[in-house]
Amino acid sequence: MKSRELDVPPPAWAEPAGAARATGGVAGFLRQALALAEMELRKLLHDPTELLTRIIQPVLWLGVFGEVFTRVRAIPTGQMPYLDFMAPGVLAQSVLFIAIFYGIAAIWERDLGLVHKLLVTPAPRVVLVLGKALSAGVRALPQAFMVYVLAWLLGVRVKWEAGALAGVAVIVLLGAAAFSTLSLIAACIVKTRERFMGIGQALTMPLFFASNAVYPVSIMPGWLKGFARINPLTYEVDALRALMVAGGHSLYGIGLDLIVLVITSAILTYIASLLYPNLAR
Amino acid sequence: MNVIETSSLTRRFGDLTAVDRLTLTVDSGEVFGLLGPNGAGKTTVIKMLTTLIPPTSGQAKVAGFDVQRRAARVRAETGYVPQLVSVDGTLTGYENLLIFAKLYGVPRSERQARIAAALEFVGLGEAAHRRVGGYSGGMMRRLEIALAMLHRPRVLFLDEPTVGLDPLARQAVWQHLRSLAQEYRMTIFLTTHFMEEAEALCGRVAIMNLGRTAALGPPEELKASIGRPEASLDEVFAHYTGHELDNGGNIREISRTRRTAARLG
Repeated sequence: MKSRELDVPPPAWAEPAGAARATGGVAGFLRQALALAEMELRKLLHDPTELLTRIIQPVLWLGVFGEVFTRVRAIPTGQMPYLDFMAPGVLAQSVLFIAIFYGIAAIWERDLGLVHKLLVTPAPRVVLVLGKALSAGVRALPQAFMVYVLAWLLGVRVKWEAGALAGVAVIVLLGAAAFSTLSLIAACIVKTRERFMGIGQALTMPLFFASNAVYPVSIMPGWLKGFARINPLTYEVDALRALMVAGGHSLYGIGLDLIVLVITSAILTYIASLLYPNLAR
Repeated sequence: MNVIETSSLTRRFGDLTAVDRLTLTVDSGEVFGLLGPNGAGKTTVIKMLTTLIPPTSGQAKVAGFDVQRRAARVRAETGYVPQLVSVDGTLTGYENLLIFAKLYGVPRSERQARIAAALEFVGLGEAAHRRVGGYSGGMMRRLEIALAMLHRPRVLFLDEPTVGLDPLARQAVWQHLRSLAQEYRMTIFLTTHFMEEAEALCGRVAIMNLGRTAALGPPEELKASIGRPEASLDEVFAHYTGHELDNGGNIREISRTRRTAARLG
C-alpha cells in the first residue's frame, strides 16, 4: 500500500463492485440485450432519414415490378392477385436488406472502437449478439409498417386484425434476427468494409431469388426448389403471406415457419457469439 | 495490494511476437504508464488485460481475477477507454452513458445519480443533452472517461488517452485522470507515446520496445539510472532502446491515429 492512500478518506465507491453482482441472471441478460435495442431506437429517433430512403426499394418492387407483372399474368398465384401475392415477399425483402446491413454496421463499430467497448462490458457475448439482432428488429418494424401502408395504397387487401398484425411483428423480428446475425457472422470473418461490400450482395440476391418472395416455389426448376426449401426466407414469406393478406394462406404451416425461423436464429446467434470477439482482435 | 499482476505475459500474431514475456505488477491506486512507440505492443497488452484477446502464454490477473478463467469478473471490475473515439455521435452524452449503465448492470435506483455524478465529474453536466456529434475532441474524451467510470471499476485502462487532442484539452483530461486516482483511489493503467504525458501523470512507467520491457520504475529513478537526473524521459527512452521515440508505426496505426484525430476535429 502506498502511504498516500492512508490520508485519503475512503471514496464513496470503494465498496465491493455491486454492479458486478447486479448483472447476470436471465433478467439481467435480457436488460442488457434490450439496452442495445434501446440504443438503436434512440439513434433512429434522432435520425429517421434512413426510414425514408429505405422505402424507395419496396416502392419500385411493388409499384413497378408488381404492377407490370400483374398485367403480364406470367406467374401462377392461384386466386390471389399478383400484387397481393408479392406484397409479403417485398416486406420480407426489405427486412432482409435492413438485416444484411448489420454486418457492415458491425464493421463500422469495430473501426470506431465501439465493438471493443461492448466486449469489455460484463454482458456475455451471446447477449451482445442477441442485442444486435433485436436492434435489427427495431429498424425492421417501422419499415414493415411502411410497406403495409404502401401495399394498402396500391390496393393490396391487407389484413388489419390485431392478431395477424402481432403475428407479422413476431415473424419480422425473427427474420431480422436471423439475417442480421448471418450478416454479423460474415462480418466477423471478413472484418473489413471493402471485403464485406461484395458479400452483402452475394448473400441477399441468392436468398431473395431462391425463395417464394416474388414467385411460387412450384414454378422453379428442381435444383432451385431444393435450395428454396432450405432457405429460411421462404418460411418467413410463407408465414407473412398467411398473416398479411386477406385470402393468403401458408403452404408449410405457420407453426413450421416459426420453428424454422427460431431454430435458424438460435444456431446463427450461437455461431455469431463465438465469432464476435474476433472483431476486437 | 496488487491490482494488476502479469507474469511472462506473451502474445504472438503469427511470426510476430507483439508482447514478449511481460512481467509487472501495479499497486492499488497507482497511475502506471506503458511507454513506447507505435507498434511496441502497448495496445496488445491492454487488450490482453481487458480480456479482448487471450494471451498466447503466461498469465495475467486483474483485480485478483485471471483474465482468461474469470474474464467476466475482470470485465466487471475494469473500465476501458479505447484509443479510438467510440462514443456514438448520433446520441446525446446522457444517452451514451445511459446505455452503458444498463450494459454494466448499474442498479436502476442508482443509475440517474451515477450518470449525473459522472457527467459532473468530467465537466459535461451542461452538455449532457446535446448530441455528441457536436462535441469537441476534448469533450468526447471526457465523455469516454465518464462512461468508463459509471460502474465504479477498480482499474481504468486507457489506450493513448490524449492522442489527437490539443494541449489545452490534453491538460483537462490529465486533470480528470489525476483526480480519479487521488480522490477515488482508482488504479490507472495507460499507454502513451507522449513522454510529457508519462511525466505529468505516472508514478511508474515501463518502457516498451518491440514487445519487451526495456526499463521499469518511477520516472526519476529511470533518469537517475542513466546517471543523469536532469535528463528528459526522451533521453531515458533513447538510452534504453537505442533509438529515438518517433511517431513511426505501420500504416494501420498511422491511419488509426489519423482517423481518431479526424473524429476529434
